[in-house]
Amino acid sequence: MSHSVSRRFALLAGAGISAFFALRPVRAFGETIRRRLPWSSGLTDRPERPDERPGYIFFSASEAAFIEAALARLIPNDSTGPGAIEANVPRFIDRQLGGPYGAGDHFYLEPPFPKGLPTQGWQAGTPAQVYRAAIPAIDGWSTATRGRAFAALDPASQDEMLKALEDGKAELGSSTDGKAFFALLLQNTIEGYFSDPIYGGNRDMEPWRMIGFPGARYDFRPFVGRFGEAYNLPPVGLLGRPEWRSRG
Amino acid sequence: MAVTRLMPEPIVDVVLVGFGWTGAIMAEALTAAGLNVLAFERGGWRNTPNDFALPFDQDELRYFWRHHLFQNVAHTTLTFRNKPDQLALPMRRLGSFLPGAGVGGGGVHWNGQVWRFLPSDFAARSHNLQRYGANAVNADDMTIQDYPVTYAELEPYYDKFEYLCGVSGKAGNLNGKVEPGGNPFEGARSREYPNPPLQMTYGPTLFALAAESLGYHPFPHPAANMSRAYTNPLGVQLAQCTYCGFCEKFGCGNDSKSSPQTTILPVLMSRPNFTLRTYCEVLKVELTRDRRHATGVSYVDENGALGFQPASIVILSAFMLENVRQLLISGIGVPYDPRTGKGTVGKNYSYQIVSSVNVFYDDKITNPFIGAGALGMIIDDFNGDNFDHTGLGFIGGGYLGALNTGARPIETHPVPDKTPKWGAGFKRAIAANYLKTVPIITHGAVMSHRTNYLDLDPTWRDTLGRPLMRMTFDFTDNEHRMSDFLTDKAAAIGRSMGGREVKETKRSGAYDISPYQTTHTTGGAIMGSDPKSSALNRYLQSWDVPNVFVPGANAFPQNAGYNPMGTVAALSYHCADAIVKQYVKAPGPLVQA
Amino acid sequence: MRCSRIPAITLWVSLATFVAACANGYYRQQPPAVPQGTNDPGGGAIGLPGANDDDISADAAAWGPSSDAVFPPDAPGQASGDPVARGRYLVDAGDCKACHTAAGAQPFAGARAIRTPIGMIFSANLTPDPKTGIGKWTEADFYRAMHKGIAHGGKNLYPAFPYTYFTRLSRPDVDAIWAYLRTLPPIYQVKPANRIPFPLNIRPLMAIWNALFFRPREFRPDPAMSAEWNRGAYLVSGPGHCGGCHTPKNLFLADRNNHALEGSRLNDWVALDLTSDPRQGLASWSTGDIVEYLRSGRNARATASGSMQEVIYYSTSRMSDSDLAAIATYLKALPPHTPAAVLKRPDDAVMRSGEAIYVDSCSGCHGPNGEGQVRHFPPLAGDVPVHAHDPTTIIRIILEGSRSVPTPAKPTAPAMPPFAWKLSDSEVAAVSTFVRNSWGNSAPAVSRSQVAKLRTRHSDEEPATK
Repeated sequence: MSHSVSRRFALLAGAGISAFFALRPVRAFGETIRRRLPWSSGLTDRPERPDERPGYIFFSASEAAFIEAALARLIPNDSTGPGAIEANVPRFIDRQLGGPYGAGDHFYLEPPFPKGLPTQGWQAGTPAQVYRAAIPAIDGWSTATRGRAFAALDPASQDEMLKALEDGKAELGSSTDGKAFFALLLQNTIEGYFSDPIYGGNRDMEPWRMIGFPGARYDFRPFVGRFGEAYNLPPVGLLGRPEWRSRG
Repeated sequence: MAVTRLMPEPIVDVVLVGFGWTGAIMAEALTAAGLNVLAFERGGWRNTPNDFALPFDQDELRYFWRHHLFQNVAHTTLTFRNKPDQLALPMRRLGSFLPGAGVGGGGVHWNGQVWRFLPSDFAARSHNLQRYGANAVNADDMTIQDYPVTYAELEPYYDKFEYLCGVSGKAGNLNGKVEPGGNPFEGARSREYPNPPLQMTYGPTLFALAAESLGYHPFPHPAANMSRAYTNPLGVQLAQCTYCGFCEKFGCGNDSKSSPQTTILPVLMSRPNFTLRTYCEVLKVELTRDRRHATGVSYVDENGALGFQPASIVILSAFMLENVRQLLISGIGVPYDPRTGKGTVGKNYSYQIVSSVNVFYDDKITNPFIGAGALGMIIDDFNGDNFDHTGLGFIGGGYLGALNTGARPIETHPVPDKTPKWGAGFKRAIAANYLKTVPIITHGAVMSHRTNYLDLDPTWRDTLGRPLMRMTFDFTDNEHRMSDFLTDKAAAIGRSMGGREVKETKRSGAYDISPYQTTHTTGGAIMGSDPKSSALNRYLQSWDVPNVFVPGANAFPQNAGYNPMGTVAALSYHCADAIVKQYVKAPGPLVQA
Repeated sequence: MRCSRIPAITLWVSLATFVAACANGYYRQQPPAVPQGTNDPGGGAIGLPGANDDDISADAAAWGPSSDAVFPPDAPGQASGDPVARGRYLVDAGDCKACHTAAGAQPFAGARAIRTPIGMIFSANLTPDPKTGIGKWTEADFYRAMHKGIAHGGKNLYPAFPYTYFTRLSRPDVDAIWAYLRTLPPIYQVKPANRIPFPLNIRPLMAIWNALFFRPREFRPDPAMSAEWNRGAYLVSGPGHCGGCHTPKNLFLADRNNHALEGSRLNDWVALDLTSDPRQGLASWSTGDIVEYLRSGRNARATASGSMQEVIYYSTSRMSDSDLAAIATYLKALPPHTPAAVLKRPDDAVMRSGEAIYVDSCSGCHGPNGEGQVRHFPPLAGDVPVHAHDPTTIIRIILEGSRSVPTPAKPTAPAMPPFAWKLSDSEVAAVSTFVRNSWGNSAPAVSRSQVAKLRTRHSDEEPATK
């Protein structure tokens, strides 16, 4: 049912609302609903599953190397729970950037793009454009200051560089806002770590299990009044959990 | 590029611009009275089984972070700045507030927090002037005004909306008698809530015990989430809430949260005198040459063809920001000028100020993922003028309390103070604390100020070529002092809840358009008793074009410390009643200027 | 060649009969305003009563502000002496409008395409238009059509038009229907030619079928039974033509009258067993339950799905309380039939995975113990459709979803969303088996292949790969 309005906007873009002269009268196209309660059997606005092919569809090899190295530092693997790599987060980000989100489908992208104040929020292009510009800039900065690309640095150096990015102290040139990129990268990493596994990250729901979030459940009535008790069912994703498929 | 014009349409009694909560409320009330009503909605039809059904509704990434049900700013957004001397820039992605898109509007993804304002909130200026003197109401270029309606006048309409929605709650003041277990500060209500309170979760219960021990008056948050199955006065059924925790920012998959879909549409859509046009965006209200009368609206359909819909009455029932923009684009009324204080359209834009406190435990599993949009325990001891403001340096207040609205983990992974934002320490802190925290929030009023306003942006346009709205807004000292006061009170309660650590997150610095705060944007086309200082009269009728009505939070002269929907609905019913009982019989201004 | 003629005719009769009977059942699947399987995002909307229908004013009142009114106020009572009013009521009781109205067209103008497995039949124009409708018919012609299945001009009708039931109508009732149809505005609406391939389109073959399976006979009350029972028997076996769907068919697709109303399957929907069979029939329903179900589309025990929605929507929701009570009295008097076989307990592993799926995906509406939310989300414990020996309906509802029919008495129309995208065939089978064998329910296990077959026919979703 998510019916795009883009066709209308595409047609009207550039026409301007003052162009009120007509060619030929026609019936209006928008749906007219009268004495009906529309509903469609079998149709549902279910999530689209990302590209299932192996490998990356958005990242180049060098971009992938950066992403994998950075994510291994943002959420490292240890005994507490899986790291971002183990949870398949790079693949999640790759699919997100290769899809509608990366293309900025919910971003206002009209120029001009003057530099703004921090309180004015995102003033860049699409997420895909931001990654595409920032990664080589960071690798360039890394090479210039430490002699090699970010992915080739030792973890402690990587952490220093990430901290500099976070604090807005990275020297990436005027076209790349390192602090904004870091915030985006961290946000996307947490998204991939904790979003439903249907989107490619959160592998085996281990990040959910680590914190105790039971996932895509819909009925906690039996448990509301059980104060202080740990919840009694394992996490479930939109496509289920292993117990759905156990056969005798 | 040539643009197609549509065949002329027959005139209707009423055309509605936007079909969310206010559109559905107005359509239901006006069709019940026999008027022929047509609603335009720029988005599509949406219903529970097709659009936000239980098998896929619990999807934090898609619905919250990717804005699947929200207004898409790719097409229309606004520009923003804190101060009039700054360059306003486009809000390029949604953040601070989340208007809806499509049938049901924000009523699909709201929390269901249904409040009444305090009686004194309707007399914000005269009440505070009398109690605290002229300095208190004139500080910081404050431009607060009294509402032109009283709480007592709106009470029947509040009641009507609460029964429509099946609000779960406990009355604190029944016909003047204070009821144990409810909010003792609330205005008198004529009857009990239609449903008992929701079953309470652990965190809010801990909060309420602590608050009570400190002498405060905790009560359950009034919730349009059903504590039991309910059939409303229209005959529409809602089911019992299942506490899934995917309520705020999500559609409800099992008919247990009130929305236009679950309370009005099954009956409204069956009426032969109602028509809905989806994927049609109204461009502007068309006026007669003297700009004293609206002839109808021009709109663009899904193919980009232009049409004109004649109507006897035009009701702007979109999200309040879009209502104000429609007035400005259509040339209805005089735009507000912050330098002179003259003009009314765009004046007194206001918002809400929120902050939070987290209580961390070592030993208590609170299961914060169990929740509902309006589930929690609240105290109202520091809202409005429920307490003496003498010497505090601010007026207004807010409620505070522990709400379990669901702890979706991308958004909600509270960590103690000084925890790193990434790395092994971050992960360890999330893992250790996710199940063992109680969040306390404060929800404060924002007064109106001379330099907080809305007008049209000179540079950026929407994809239909119309100017974007320009928002100029910042919190002032009054708000910061008030919010800090509330946050400290919340932290004090938190400290008596027996946790390991209490973390205060105050709202500091200038207003930031990026992080989500609330969708309680208000003002810009305010109601008042004088056309020189307000855009609408007490019936939400335009002073300038009397056959235009503008229901919405745009009518608030300033914002109170409560979620706006209850008052928006009450004002809408009040407006509909005036149209049916007065305007239809004698079209023209309902209040003489 | 000559010697082969008789067997050939027999074959044709069989085939023609098959076509006709399929059509009779099939029209119930594809009513004009209640498409069941469209995947067109713009269309596929369920109409409200009277949608696309010029005589909506009568319905409007019942849908108006006081929605506790449960019946159109102008609904004619049986006491009414006005034959037009009585005819209109009987037309509702006979569900005539559903077949004789094409989508978006004038009511009763026919030309509704009724798709059958081997051809298309178009319904007749019942308006008094002289060229394309029944304007040239006489009252006697109309009675002959209703009573004997022979049209004006002597042509045999296919029993897609259920004259095998309408023959039981009394002459005064048929005349009343005639009187009502004469008041309709004449509409010029050419009925497209049926698209049935030769030789199945030879109508005289129906005379042979009639000779074998049809006895024209008006209803005769049973003096041993109450007036209410007799009224119910008349409505069920005459205008209501309930057996059209609910009575199993023989090899020639005529009713197996010794198994009347014991339930059947038509076009992948289960028509329920209407007898008092304790397991899959209506033994646990009171007459009040039956009346409520026919009036509003649901009761505390079940919610109508599939083809029955259309019957409720166009027909039973508009009938009088006393007639619905009469139907209930008659149905409750139908004896249970064969004793239920003792069922094997389903495989434990299947039940375990079914339970996991149920707890995660179903209990949010149907409750942790299958209790549902009464009159909103159907309870599954004790639910008759869930219990039906044939699991077709439950599988289809899980795959495709289903919305309860909005009626004036219950406007809300809660819905089940489709799960075809989410559950694999074996998961659908497991959760179906679980709900059919929990909380006191007992019904045969559902197999993966049963699900796969229905998925192929009714869903565009591939089984989820996991």
